[in-house]
Amino acid sequence: MDKTKKMRNRDDAPVIRIHDLAVAYKVRGGEIEAVQNVSFDIYRGETQGIVGESGCGKSTVAWAIVNFLGANGYVKRGSIKFMGQDLVGKKGEDLRRLRGDQIAMVYQDPMQALNPSMRLGDQLKEVLTVHRGLSESKASKHCIEMLERVYMPDAANVMNRYPHQISGGQQQRVVIAMALLNNPALLIMDEPTTALDVTVEAAVLDLIAELRRDFDTAIMYISHNLGVVARVSTRVGVMYAGEMVERATVEEIYKNPQHPYTQGLIRCVPKLGSDKSSSILYPIRGRVPPPDNRPSGCIFAPRCDYVQELCREDRPRLRQIPSGSWVACHFTEEIDPDQWEPPEDLVLPDISVREGNGKAVLEVKGLKKYYQVPGSSLKDVLGLKKPSLVKAVEDATFSVPKGKTLGIVGESGCGKSTLVKTIIGLEDSTAGEATFLGFDITKDLSARDQQLIKELQMVFQNPDSTMNPSFTVGQQIARPMHLFKTVPKKQVRQEVIKLLRAMRLGANYYDRIPRQLSGGEKQRVGIARALASHPEVVLCDEPVSALDVSVQAAILNLLLEVQSEFGTTLLFIAHDLSVVRYFSDYVAVMYLGQIVEIGPAEAIYKPPYHPYTEALLSAVPIPDPSAKQKHIRLEGTVPSSMNPPQGCRFHTRCPRREMLADPEICLTLPPWRDVSGDHRIFCHHSLETLSQFDPVITTT
Amino acid sequence: MAVIEVAAEAQRPTLARRIWNSFSIILTSRVATVGMALASFWIIIGLISVFWTPYSATATQFDQNLPPNSTNWLGTDHMGRDILSRLMQGTQVILLKTRLPWGNISIPGGVALWGVFGSMALGSILGLNAGYRGGWIDQIIMQVLDALIAFPQIVLYLVMITALGQGDLIVIMAITIIGAPGVARLARSLALDIKTRDYIRAAETRGESPWYIMFLEILPNARGPLLVDAMLRVGYAIFAIGTLGFLGIGLPPPDPDWGNMVNEARRNIFTNQWAVIWPAVAIATLVIGLNLFADGLREELSRYQK
Repeated sequence: MDKTKKMRNRDDAPVIRIHDLAVAYKVRGGEIEAVQNVSFDIYRGETQGIVGESGCGKSTVAWAIVNFLGANGYVKRGSIKFMGQDLVGKKGEDLRRLRGDQIAMVYQDPMQALNPSMRLGDQLKEVLTVHRGLSESKASKHCIEMLERVYMPDAANVMNRYPHQISGGQQQRVVIAMALLNNPALLIMDEPTTALDVTVEAAVLDLIAELRRDFDTAIMYISHNLGVVARVSTRVGVMYAGEMVERATVEEIYKNPQHPYTQGLIRCVPKLGSDKSSSILYPIRGRVPPPDNRPSGCIFAPRCDYVQELCREDRPRLRQIPSGSWVACHFTEEIDPDQWEPPEDLVLPDISVREGNGKAVLEVKGLKKYYQVPGSSLKDVLGLKKPSLVKAVEDATFSVPKGKTLGIVGESGCGKSTLVKTIIGLEDSTAGEATFLGFDITKDLSARDQQLIKELQMVFQNPDSTMNPSFTVGQQIARPMHLFKTVPKKQVRQEVIKLLRAMRLGANYYDRIPRQLSGGEKQRVGIARALASHPEVVLCDEPVSALDVSVQAAILNLLLEVQSEFGTTLLFIAHDLSVVRYFSDYVAVMYLGQIVEIGPAEAIYKPPYHPYTEALLSAVPIPDPSAKQKHIRLEGTVPSSMNPPQGCRFHTRCPRREMLADPEICLTLPPWRDVSGDHRIFCHHSLETLSQFDPVITTT
Repeated sequence: MAVIEVAAEAQRPTLARRIWNSFSIILTSRVATVGMALASFWIIIGLISVFWTPYSATATQFDQNLPPNSTNWLGTDHMGRDILSRLMQGTQVILLKTRLPWGNISIPGGVALWGVFGSMALGSILGLNAGYRGGWIDQIIMQVLDALIAFPQIVLYLVMITALGQGDLIVIMAITIIGAPGVARLARSLALDIKTRDYIRAAETRGESPWYIMFLEILPNARGPLLVDAMLRVGYAIFAIGTLGFLGIGLPPPDPDWGNMVNEARRNIFTNQWAVIWPAVAIATLVIGLNLFADGLREELSRYQK
């Protein structure tokens, strides 16, 4: 059946065959083998997904193929055969021709792949005029066709524009079109959707899958996101600390993972399953070994639950097991993931639905935040014209009970960060009410009492900038204690160490400087610093989005634990709907500054949905190829918040608008529809209609 | 008690290692090593001259305009003073001591060093305020400083010294005011970058005062580029002192001043070139040494950050 069809596909020679590849970088005082023991081949019409956490060598493999390793990197062992010819050591003109004609690459950030000072058309045409010697007009015609092929609206017009004049998703389409212009045999994509919003990402992923079928290209798709890889790949290779530890078809990897690392990885990704309890996350213990200090035996041995004597001594090679997968593990056959029990020292948070009877700590009513934007015309400069307004947050209304978590989700630019900044006082609000423990918090920090400031603290997104590089961990956690005088001076050190222990960091972290910590550890210190003044509310601005999945799970569990121990109320911003579900009691969905749906976490993920929530859910990549997801793709781009659509702000892109008897009604503000209890939807559709929608995700 | 001991023990090796680490950064760069060697040569010469010079630097005890010979290794000047002794002692006013106008007191640290320290302090305060606070404060500070930059430096020096009179403190003040705009620009650009980091947000949400944020959160992270800039500025300051000395309005006697030495020997340049060459070489080597040191350090520091 399905499998035999794939096998037949693999009869002829592979487009690329990588065998036992090892890449080393020369560094001060020796060299580091960044990649070892990697072998795979890609055939025509196949997508080989490469997944792994940051720093595991995914991109290095891709660079080795096109010989982009830089001045100090080289292929140490193994071979890279492309259409039969060896690529290792190829130089100069040969290599240049090959890169242009046969191998194309798409990078993560489209803004950096496109030249900002050239018109898109000129950049596209160059590929054809240089590599194929086509005439200007022919090349131009060809380029427009290709842009239409990647569903670029108004293709002919886009040719005359500059990169900054089109949106991020469109830029990535142009880059993909450029990569496909020469009909390459191999297309390497290095995290092409990571910088994009989830709804845009979904559309780009659809496109990639479609192009693979139509162009019969071999695609190597690199991503850290298991969900994305599940959606586009036919085969998947899992990399860990520079080695490929498992390689199999996409169904096998997700349904029947063989290597303990793959199993662990799948256990620590939040799934959008049918109920919340299925979404418990089990972090993998320990951390990825640095490339200059890898264990001599199996590289995963120090973190593996099934480790035996042999694993510490002998490095396993990739070998094929009867199911067809390739695994680098000595004991694959003896490991049954269904028998797996969490290790006893692993503390799991209680995520059962807690009864909400606490008093509201934070109450926000009709909160607005507008920014003034200075214009550039002469009138603006002279101050004759009213400055235009960015309506970043419009009429936000919600309340958070004590000890509960409110998750705020939405795509970039929807105002979720502004909302949190206004609450914490980095910005003052334009209108509306906001009270915290009965105190007014509509003004910014300078107008607040120190006791109030102490009760509201924040955890930040980027682990690399959350800590001041000039101070030790201890000094940074102690600072709020000194400032707010919550702890007598002599006890500060003990108190800091107590907090560090609660974050599962030892007392020896006290004197370390941030440079010596990993991303996850920095984030733990950031949480400790926020908790140091014993705040009532902690606002978390995407605290895990920059972390690897295995670390992300540990941090999320830690936050939940902290919450149940200290009774802290949390506001949790995220763009990832699956993380929010696992983490929150209540969820608010925002679009263009407006909250469109709010309610208990469970209710958000079931019908009735707001049409935007529905679209968001159907765009989330799920790390399970067998899960069925409704196919809803939003058209167009998010309108500018300087001039948002009248009435319901979502109506310009709403896929459900046509179902209304009178679509014109969307130009007026919709009513809040109370579903049950706290669940409210901001939509013109009646609840009966909304309830008729099918659930977006069904797992088998 | 026990806690204090642990803390002290943890501190000691880290401090020693930190010093060694910064030192090894200098040694990895050949340019910086050469620069450091040149600069330390003059510092050592200056230190020696405090306790010993071959002859008195001010006594006119030899024949005039002698070329280098076995008694006066570098020769003598137009008044019969030993050039080597004068050169050695000339290092002091630049790098090692500042003479206060009240009585016969000197404080450690030369005119060039204090001048640069002053411009660093003034420049950082202005630059950090402009960069961190932004808005109209930024506008006013930077407009004033830009106006100051628009004047040719030598004109500013002349105006200030003719208005205020000669003296070590006056020169220090002149260097401070003339160097401050450049430092402020650098500090402002660093502050603009660093203030976007999350740890600054964290400090703000803690309700820290702007001065705390500027001087304890931003400044320590800007110290690398500022220190390199300071190193370069010491070179410029020495150059400026030399120029002022040459114009005859530099550091006042009795201590010999390199620029002044060039100026006086210039009149006899056709009979005795040596008296011009030696102080000129001294200024050049010290300035080049400091420049090389700063350049090498900057390169190594930026490489370290990658």
